[in-house]
Amino acid sequence: MHMADALMSPAVGGTMWAATAGLTAYSAKKLRKDLDEHKVPLMGVLGAFIFAAQMINFTIPATGSSGHLAGGMILAILLGPSAAFITMASVLTIQALFFADGGLLALGCNIINMGFFPCFIAYPLVYQKIVGARPTRGRILLGALAASILALQLGALGVVLETFFSGVAALPFATFLLLMLPIHLAIGIVEGLVTAAVVSFVWQAHPEILALAPAAPAARGHSHKPLWLGLALFAVVTGGILSWFASSHPDGLEWSVKGVTGQEELAAPREGVHGALARIQDKLSFLPDYDFKKPAAEKQAEKPESWPEISTGKSLAGILGAALTLLLTGVIGLGLRRYCSPGKG
Amino acid sequence: MATIESSLLNIGYLETLSYQQTPLHRLDPRAKLLTTLVFIIAVVSFGKYEITGLIPFMIYPVALIAVGNLPPGYLARKILLAAPFAFFIGIFNPLLDRAVLVQLGPVGLSGGWVSFASIMIRFTLTVSAALILIASTGLNAVCLALERLGAPTGFVVQLLFLYRYIFVLTDEALRLMRARSLRSFQGRGLGFKVFTYLIGQLLLRTLARAQRIHLAMRSRGFDGTIRLLRPLEFHLQDAVFFLGWSSLFLLLRWYNLPHQLGHLLTGLAP
Repeated sequence: MHMADALMSPAVGGTMWAATAGLTAYSAKKLRKDLDEHKVPLMGVLGAFIFAAQMINFTIPATGSSGHLAGGMILAILLGPSAAFITMASVLTIQALFFADGGLLALGCNIINMGFFPCFIAYPLVYQKIVGARPTRGRILLGALAASILALQLGALGVVLETFFSGVAALPFATFLLLMLPIHLAIGIVEGLVTAAVVSFVWQAHPEILALAPAAPAARGHSHKPLWLGLALFAVVTGGILSWFASSHPDGLEWSVKGVTGQEELAAPREGVHGALARIQDKLSFLPDYDFKKPAAEKQAEKPESWPEISTGKSLAGILGAALTLLLTGVIGLGLRRYCSPGKG
Repeated sequence: MATIESSLLNIGYLETLSYQQTPLHRLDPRAKLLTTLVFIIAVVSFGKYEITGLIPFMIYPVALIAVGNLPPGYLARKILLAAPFAFFIGIFNPLLDRAVLVQLGPVGLSGGWVSFASIMIRFTLTVSAALILIASTGLNAVCLALERLGAPTGFVVQLLFLYRYIFVLTDEALRLMRARSLRSFQGRGLGFKVFTYLIGQLLLRTLARAQRIHLAMRSRGFDGTIRLLRPLEFHLQDAVFFLGWSSLFLLLRWYNLPHQLGHLLTGLAP
């Protein structure tokens, strides 16, 4: 469920980056204040553990497909929320840089989806409430299962919202949601079972490990500050984007409501977002009418004679020009390579 | 099994690429990091039906691959490996957006296919920029740049730590898997139970290792903070690199080069 840069708009990417930066700074400050210096190497090595564990696949019974661990929940159980958040953020950064999972602009979204939801929402509000101070096998199973499902559902919802607000993919909100939530329900159940099994295995082998990490913050009464901070950021971000949509085109909000209730046909509501995007794009683009030709009927009715002339002439020019640009790029690349290669040897 | 080894090799190979000595590798990591960000934002800021405007941006990865002596085939394979998510979300565009947008003689191209192509071009551009950043800079230098640019030290230290131990722990996981597959036939039957035991075992070893590392750090005077003391100097060529590319991106963002070229070619079409 890594978001990709290609599906993002800069506004969504930037706001999620800002939210992530705020949460990371908050968590780093909290860690420094706690002065838990044994956590410094522990976090690093556990992050690497998540990587290593993700490389071991297991076969999911009765399906034939294979799954692996996502890890946010295990980290939260072993490290507590803020340390787990930073660890998860670092894991996702490495994945973005080395495996091109997601991308640099989408990194903010991915950290919120897979770091914030398990660490700051599912762990303190579900897992800790269920497991409490004295874990038993059943409680660990129940807690991990419920928390993982919640975290993955929220994460999937995040992906859908971010994609929807970016407006690059044409998938309607409701369809995308119906696609993502059931898949991630299944993934969440598997993740919960794995998390519960691994945690109870460790708990049986070395009960003191589990007692150490999460009990310390729990004993002092867990602070809900990061949660409120995160929710406030989320609200500001959503509000900002919504108002941005709403101000440029009043149908943006209406569209999402209709999309959720599913009362309108697909073709009509999409125009809301398209229209909004087109309007923004018109303001930004150098050649306003070039790349976005509204296929709507009323436009055709307005000036039908201009249709064929615009489309053939401009498309041909665009395609030829693009081909020429590609050619030029290739020539420059080859030239640079030839020019630079004697220098390095 | 093979996948563990190959992905480990992959990380190692990207790191090896970053040890080269080319004009690109010698640049300050901050300049490269910031330029990559400007590039990605410029690419992503285009409208959803934009294709021609995106194509000139190919010059950035192409030029960097050429100057930095990076292997294009390897980078292309890595980009393909990461493609599925963008592909599967994007492929819905042609299904849902059927209105004809581009007319080429008798053939009409729907808006969905245009925006799908646009998504895949964006994907290629943004992913290649990120991979080139790592292959030309190396993670340690990127971390230093992050720290200098104001990222929280705790996060940067965590990244450095994580990166250092990825190799150690994937080796450990590899040994576990090898031992198991030697004792089973064709590596079959890695069911849920065995899997959790393996992961649990790996976790216990990880925790023990963390404790040893902590003791080793304590005995060398670790007091809870890690100091990153490595000089980074921002020279004239770094500024030129950053400002030059950024202004080119801005120019290409506002000025549709292929369109102009096409007009020249087709003889002053409207």
